[in-house]
Amino acid sequence: MDGNYILYKLILASVILLISLVVAMYSTLLERKVAGFMQDRLGPNRAGIGGIFQPLADGLKLFFKEEFMPGTADKFLYILGPSLTMMIALLTSAVIPWGNSFIINGTEYTLQVADINVGVLYVFAILSIGVYGIMIGGWASNNKYALIGAVRAASQMISYELAMSMSIITIVMMSGTLSLKDIVDQQHGMNWNVWYQPLGFLIFIVCAFAECNRSPFDLPECETELIGGYHTEYSSMKLGFYLFAEYINMFISSAMIATLFFGGYNFPFMDSLNLSHNALTIIGSLVFFAKIAFFVFFFMWVRWTLPRFRYDQLMRLGWKSLLPLAIINILITGFVIMIKNHL
Amino acid sequence: MSANQNIGSLSGRSKIVSNKKMTFAERIYLPAIFGGFRITISHFFKKKATIQYPEETRPIAEIYRGKHVLKRDDEGRERCTACGLCALACPAEAITMIAAERKEDEMNLYREEKYASVYEIDMLRCIFCGLCEEACPKEAIFLTNVTVPSDLHRSDFIYGKDVLVEPVDKRVDISHRQTPEVLAFKKDKNQSHNV
Repeated sequence: MDGNYILYKLILASVILLISLVVAMYSTLLERKVAGFMQDRLGPNRAGIGGIFQPLADGLKLFFKEEFMPGTADKFLYILGPSLTMMIALLTSAVIPWGNSFIINGTEYTLQVADINVGVLYVFAILSIGVYGIMIGGWASNNKYALIGAVRAASQMISYELAMSMSIITIVMMSGTLSLKDIVDQQHGMNWNVWYQPLGFLIFIVCAFAECNRSPFDLPECETELIGGYHTEYSSMKLGFYLFAEYINMFISSAMIATLFFGGYNFPFMDSLNLSHNALTIIGSLVFFAKIAFFVFFFMWVRWTLPRFRYDQLMRLGWKSLLPLAIINILITGFVIMIKNHL
Repeated sequence: MSANQNIGSLSGRSKIVSNKKMTFAERIYLPAIFGGFRITISHFFKKKATIQYPEETRPIAEIYRGKHVLKRDDEGRERCTACGLCALACPAEAITMIAAERKEDEMNLYREEKYASVYEIDMLRCIFCGLCEEACPKEAIFLTNVTVPSDLHRSDFIYGKDVLVEPVDKRVDISHRQTPEVLAFKKDKNQSHNV
């Protein structure tokens, strides 16, 4: 724990924070582009080449909007809501291994802010408090629509957290560790978890959509019936924080999917390239980001393909389909592990 | 009894609603979801319908009926004689004019003894049917393939002679609308409208 180490971690944390923010910023542009392309349009293309400055213009616009607060709102909670959502959205990135490690002058610098041995539990813990930001914001606005949106968000997130945790338990059972870095290292080369846990992956990705409040599970913000749901009463950059947090969540979820099921920074034929450790780390990180980019695209692809679920359908899917499936998956995995150990 | 059964099907197009149980493939949604993915991604790569408007415009026909022009003759004199047939023919009542008598020193300005001192078309009333052009006995008014631009005030859409009359040095080509066949048709005495 020397000064160098702390400095390195500080820099790494800042860089990851910056990357998360920039990626989220450009996800908004990508979303509009993907939406446009899938509807035979071009999407925003006037601000800069191909609309590259559109997110900046959007951000500026949000800053200059009137800061509105309902007269009956609880001032402290009203401000706490979006801040909490944003903070929690950014917290998860601490345990995700963004790359292997650099070896400079014999010292190893891992590309992970904190390799805690209960990384998976940490992610769950953060996920479960994620609903508070939405809940507090919806409650504090003192608006029926916002409250209904917040209640929907809360029940939806609690319901889908169960199935999500259970689908990850199978990964933990297989790898025998809760550290995300160890889980990634065990998926060396093409030995990805998705080949062993296709059902677990399916459950996880469906739950990830629900946890991010993304379409087809975007009932909490339901433009048509709830006029934006929990952020109905928000304007200016507070609204921006809510919308932005959604894209950060999407980015982090994609990173989690890539980490748990698609080998993180591992890629096929990584041993036959005969590259140095550092070069391999750089390529590995790029591959990791390519995987994340694909899943971010997938999130958008789903949004512009599927219609929104009805509330009872959502609950039925979560409790009656995904949860039993996840439990069956755990049983099968346990059975296979037991047989393997006895052979 | 048989009459009772047929009541629902007087048109012969009634359908029996099927309320069958969904199959397993339908219940897990996944095949349908992947079908949807296939459709959206195919649209992702399709040619876009967007036209980059100010730089690029949709192609229009050469005989398109757009903004009007008041023609001059070969010597640069206004052809319009303010007979009012166009205003009479106009189904939208968009045309108004005030006639005036030509003075001695205006021989090079107006072709006929009578001319329109004021000639206005309300472009918001105009339906661009082209009946004014058909009614004109002097071949003075024509529609062009220029679109009427948008504006901020209603009063700005009332186009006067300053906009409508073609400039002497910048003649408007109307040969697409006034082909020899059209001209012959308008002069043909066998047609009832020319008698």
